[in-house]
Amino acid sequence: MNRAAIDLWVGLFVALGLAALLFLALKVGNLSSTDVGETYAVQANFDNIGGLKVRGAVKSAGVVVGRVGEIRFDRENYVAQVSMNIDKRYQFPRDTIATINTSGLLGEQYVGFEVGGDPEMFKPGDVLKKTQSAMVLEKLISQFMFSKAAEDEGKK
Amino acid sequence: MVVVMPANFLRQLGHWTTDRLWRLGFASRFLLMTLLYSGTALRRFNLTMREIYFTGVLSLIIILVSGLFVGMVLGLQGYDTLQRYGSSEALGVLVALSLVRELGPVVAALLFASRAGSAITAEIGLMKATEQLSAMEMMAVNPIARVVAPRFWAGVISMPLLAALFSAMGVLGGYLVGVQLIGVDEGSFWSQMQSAVDFRQDVMNGVIKSFVFGALVSWIAVFEGYDAEPTAEGVSGATTRTVVTSSLAILAADFVLTAFMFRGV
Repeated sequence: MNRAAIDLWVGLFVALGLAALLFLALKVGNLSSTDVGETYAVQANFDNIGGLKVRGAVKSAGVVVGRVGEIRFDRENYVAQVSMNIDKRYQFPRDTIATINTSGLLGEQYVGFEVGGDPEMFKPGDVLKKTQSAMVLEKLISQFMFSKAAEDEGKK
Repeated sequence: MVVVMPANFLRQLGHWTTDRLWRLGFASRFLLMTLLYSGTALRRFNLTMREIYFTGVLSLIIILVSGLFVGMVLGLQGYDTLQRYGSSEALGVLVALSLVRELGPVVAALLFASRAGSAITAEIGLMKATEQLSAMEMMAVNPIARVVAPRFWAGVISMPLLAALFSAMGVLGGYLVGVQLIGVDEGSFWSQMQSAVDFRQDVMNGVIKSFVFGALVSWIAVFEGYDAEPTAEGVSGATTRTVVTSSLAILAADFVLTAFMFRGV
């Protein structure tokens, strides 16, 4: 096998391998869709963030508008401080409410923005005033059980 | 007599341990020498090019076909389990994540070890047995620079490309079975996959893994070949050892890398 043929085959091999990597990055992975463009940071304090994770989605009306940047525990007020990076293209009124929602019944958790009516928009570094914590399934179930039990007591 | 038995056993244990340690040390020094004399392999790149042809290009068929079949089996098995929970749309996520994170790098490396690693060991071992390596030294050609380093670097370069091809073929196989054969919705198959697979966290970590595996397999293969007893029996033993040792090394390294990369994700 001569030199030119080997070069051709190796070139083909490397090109194929890089094409496969590109396929994995663009078609299988999410390099093309999210995390491009500039962001600004806003903060929110939650009593309970449930299973929210760093890099979780921030959605408004179901559309991904940003990502969770950092999650800290506030030692003075005993709340969770979540900082979120929101896409610069999207502006939200200052009285927007941040809630922690679950996609599906058992899916992963994300921050949902319910848009308010304030004419003034968020500035970078602002803190969201109104938040709603994660729904904890066990608490809901135990509440339901207790109220059911109380109801049964009342009937007797 | 009663005292001699345990002493004998201890002596054997000590001998075995020092023997292993000595071999490991020798292998490490050998790797260091290979890296030190890599200048020739990189400067005269056509030497490495030839080895990439033999280790990489000729492994293409087995990697592509196995990747396709592994992906198709994942599609079938994954669908069977997922549809019980009514989430067959998550099939794309299952196929892509298991391939990109684990199966791609690991299975491709195992195939690479048995397809290319054994060949490298046999080739270098036979060169040693027929005294070609000594002949090179007589002609003031460093056999590590001329024979070992190009083969080592060819393995390191080929392995990530082969693993990427394996994963890509596997995803295509999963797509063929899941979407075309069984009839999972095509849109949600791809979109759920794209939202779950992260480029840095999943794809790049897979590439890093396959780099490490490539270096491990190539190192073991060239060392076993160079260290082989220069007899027919010695070369066959070295070839077997290459496949066994590299398979174990790949799986052990995979556990360690996974523990570091995906902990707390």
